[in-house]
Amino acid sequence: MSAEVWLACAVAAALAATCGFALGWAASRLPPATDRLVDRIDALLPQTQCGQCLYPGCRPYAAAIASGEADIDRCPPGGEATVRALAVLLDREPKPVDPAHGPDKGLVVAWIDEQRCIGCARCLPACPVDAIVGAHRYAHTVIAEQCTGCERCLAPCPVDCIEVRPVPQLATLKRWPRAA
Amino acid sequence: MTGLLLLALGASLVNNFVLTNFLGLCPFVGVSRRFEAAAGMALATLFVLTLASGLSFALWHWVLQPLGLEHVRTLGFILLIAGVVQFTELMVRATSPLLHQVLGLFLPLITTNCAVLGVALINVDRQRGLLESLVYGASAGAGFGLALLLFTALRERLDASDVPAAFRGAPVALVTAGLMALAFMGFAGLGAR
Amino acid sequence: MTARHHFPAGLVLEARKRTTAAQPIVAGEPVGRVLLALDQGTGSVLEPVVAVGATVARGTVVARPVDAFGAVLHASVSGRVTAIDLREASTETGECPCIEIESDDRDAREPSLPSAVEFATLDPAALVEQLREAGIAGLGGAGFPTATKLCAGRERGARVLLLDGAECEPWICCDDALMRAQAEGVWTGAAVLSHALGGDTCIVAVEDDKPEAIAALRAALPDARRADWSVAVVPAVYPQGAERQLISAVLGVEVPAGGLPADAGVTCQNVATAAAVAHWARTGDPLTTRVVTVTGSGVARPTNVRARLGTPVAALVAAAGGYRDAPLRLIAGGNMMGRALATDAVGLTKAINCIFVATEADLEGRLHARELPCIRCGDCARVCSVGLLPQQIHRAVLARDDTASVRFGVRDCIDCGCCDYVCPSQIPLAWRFREARRHLQEREQATRRASAARTRYERRERRLREAEAARQQSFEAARAAARLATGAPGTPRPAAGGSGDGAREPGGSSSGERP
Repeated sequence: MSAEVWLACAVAAALAATCGFALGWAASRLPPATDRLVDRIDALLPQTQCGQCLYPGCRPYAAAIASGEADIDRCPPGGEATVRALAVLLDREPKPVDPAHGPDKGLVVAWIDEQRCIGCARCLPACPVDAIVGAHRYAHTVIAEQCTGCERCLAPCPVDCIEVRPVPQLATLKRWPRAA
Repeated sequence: MTGLLLLALGASLVNNFVLTNFLGLCPFVGVSRRFEAAAGMALATLFVLTLASGLSFALWHWVLQPLGLEHVRTLGFILLIAGVVQFTELMVRATSPLLHQVLGLFLPLITTNCAVLGVALINVDRQRGLLESLVYGASAGAGFGLALLLFTALRERLDASDVPAAFRGAPVALVTAGLMALAFMGFAGLGAR
Repeated sequence: MTARHHFPAGLVLEARKRTTAAQPIVAGEPVGRVLLALDQGTGSVLEPVVAVGATVARGTVVARPVDAFGAVLHASVSGRVTAIDLREASTETGECPCIEIESDDRDAREPSLPSAVEFATLDPAALVEQLREAGIAGLGGAGFPTATKLCAGRERGARVLLLDGAECEPWICCDDALMRAQAEGVWTGAAVLSHALGGDTCIVAVEDDKPEAIAALRAALPDARRADWSVAVVPAVYPQGAERQLISAVLGVEVPAGGLPADAGVTCQNVATAAAVAHWARTGDPLTTRVVTVTGSGVARPTNVRARLGTPVAALVAAAGGYRDAPLRLIAGGNMMGRALATDAVGLTKAINCIFVATEADLEGRLHARELPCIRCGDCARVCSVGLLPQQIHRAVLARDDTASVRFGVRDCIDCGCCDYVCPSQIPLAWRFREARRHLQEREQATRRASAARTRYERRERRLREAEAARQQSFEAARAAARLATGAPGTPRPAAGGSGDGAREPGGSSSGERP
C-alpha cells in the first residue's frame, strides 16, 4: 500500500513540477502588454490634469485603473459620461462619480478679471496646458478654447482674480450662446 | 466520420454542457453582460477544453494507466487543467490586456469549471481515443460558447429593458437561462438511432 | 415618364393641401418691420456688416457668413436698421441674434445691384460666385447655400441636375403653387444651374398628386431641351421628397451613408430655389422673398403667400385671414418635420416653407400623450425611409450605448418622423434620436477637446523636461569649468541654478502645482 501511495505522490509531484516549469518558461516568453490598455483608458479621460482623482495627472490615473489599483469613479471633470465609457470598456457596473473627489461641475473654463490682475505671473506655470498668456506686470488672460477647467491656477493667484465659469452646453459650438 | 460528427453534435447541442447538464454555470452567469467579454471567455474556454481533453488523454494512457494509478486521476486532471488555464491566462494577457482586465477573476476560475473536469472524466469513462477525446472536448467548448453568446445577447437586451426592480440583474437572467434550457430540450433525441 | 424605381418605405399620408394649392399665390402686404435672423438654420452663423442706425435699401448686404455653410443675407425692405440683438427665432434654442429693419415704405432698390445677368456668357465658376453673392439658398426647408452645393457638384463631377418638386409633406404646397404659376421660371433656373454645373441632364421630379403642376411644367418645357430635360412623376409617398430618397426613387442611385449626393453624381435643388435663381438672372435681385404656405385648421383661409424675408409670422397669418379655432401649436414647417415656435413675432427665414397653425385634430399621430414600452411590433422598421431599424436604435439610446446607436445608424436618420407616426406605443422616436445625435455631438467635441489638451500637456511636459535637462547640463558644465579653474577636485562654486538661463519662468517648474 505505501509503495502505491508513494508512487501516486511522486507522480503528482512530477506532474506539478512539470506544469510549473512549463508555465514558468511560458511566462518568460509571453510578456504582458499593458501599455495599450493604459492608452485605451487614457483616451476616455478628459485630460484636465487636475489631480482631483488624487493621481498626478490623467495618465497615472489610467495606469492605476489598468493595474486595478483605482476604481473608475474618481474623475469629476469627466463626469457620468466618462464613468459610463470606462464601465463599458472594462465590463463593469457604471456608478455615480464619488463625491469625495469633487462635484461634477460640467464644462467650466477659467476667467481672469483683468481689472484685478497684478501681473505676478504665478498662474502661468500652474496651467498644465499652457492656456494662460501673459508676462510680468502685464495683465494675464486665459485662452478659453484651450482651458480644460482644472482650476489649478486658482490657488497660486495672490489676489484671487481667477474664477471658473460654466460653458453653455449647446448642440453646436457655432451657435450663439444665450445672453448671461 | 459520421461517428465523430454525431459525437460533436451530441456534445454541443443535444447534451449541451451548460443548458442540459447544468455544468459551468459560474462563468455562464458571471461573464455574460457584454458581448466582447463573453466572446473572449467562450474562446478561452474552448481553448482550455480542447487542450485539457488532449492532455488528460495523454496523462491517462501514458502515465496513470500503465502505473496503475487510476484512482489519482481526479488530482492529476485538476493539476493539468490548472496548468492549462494558467497558460491560457498568460496568452490572453499577452494578446489583449483589456480582455484580461475585463475577464478578471473568471479566467482562473475556468479551472473550477466543472464542465472541463467533466469532459476529461467522461472521455476516460467512455474509453475514447485521442481524436475522439479532442473532438468531444472541442465540441463541448463550442456548445458552451454558443450557449454563453446567446445568453449574453439576451442579457444585453434585458439590461436595456424595463425589468421590475425585484428581478433586475441575476434573477431575470436565471429565469432566462431556464427558458433557454427548455428550448434546448428540443434537441433531445437528435442523432439517436 | 413614371418613376423608374419603387420607393419601398415611408407612409402614404392623406394630403391636406389640394384646395390651398389651387388658389393663386397671394402677394404679401408691405410690412412695417422685418426681423432677419442671423442663424438661418444650417448650423453656421452670420455676422452683421451693418450697424444699428444704418440706412439700407432692398438688396443691400446686411450679413455675411463665416464659412461656406452660411448664405449671404440681404435686406428685404428699404429703411433703417433699428436693432441687432437676441430675438425669438425658429432655431433650436428658440432665439438668436436678429437684425431688425424698420421699413420706410419706399421699397428702394440697392443701386449697386445689376439689372439682369447674362448667365450663359459667364464662366461657370464666376456664375457660382455671383450666385453666392446673391444669397441664393435652398428653399426646400434646409436653407443650404446653393453656391456651396454647386461647388461640391462641380468638384465631384455631379452633372445630373435633379429638381425636387415632390413636396411630400401633407400640408405644404408652396412648391405646387409655384410650379403651376411659374413653370417657365423653373426651367430658366434649370438652365442657369446646368450651366453652372457644366452638365446637360435635368430632371424635375413631381409627385403624382400634382397633375396641374406636371401639366404646367410639361407645357413650359422648351422644345430645344426636350432631349435632355424631362419631368419624372413619382408616387405620392412621404418622405419621397427628401434629397436622398428622391435620388434613389428617380435615378435608382443610393447616396452612400456619410456621403453627399454629389458623390453619386447628382446635384439636387428644390424647384423654388431654381425659380429664385431664374428671378436673379432675369432681374439681378438677390434672394429677398419666398413663397410660404400658411395653413392649418387654425387659420381662416389657408393660402400660399409670397412674402419678404423677415416678415413676422403674425403678418403671414393675417394674410391668410387670421387665427380661427383655438390653435394648439404654431409650427414652422409641416406636421411631420416642423418645429414649434413660441411666438408669432418670429421673422420668416429662407428655410421656413410653411407656417402651420395646428389644432389638436391636425396633429393627430404626432401628439404623444403617454409613452408606453416598446412592444417590438416592427412597424417603425417597416416605414423607415432610410432603411434603418428604429427599434434597435431606440434600445441603444435608452441603454445610453453610443457605439450601438451609431452602429445602427442614428446619424443617418433624416428625422422624417415616419417611425414616430406609426408607433402604437406612442414613443417619441424622432425626438429621442435628435437628442441622441446632440449627445453624440457633445461627446465628440469633448473627445476632441481632450485630445488637444493631452497634446498640449505632453508638449509642455517635454518642454519642461528639456529646460530642466538644459539647466542641469549648464550647471554641470559650470561646475566642471570651476573645478578646472581652481584645480581642486569636486569644489563646486556657488553658481546657483540660474546659470546662463535668463528668462526662466518665475517660480520654477514645480511651484504652484498641487501635489
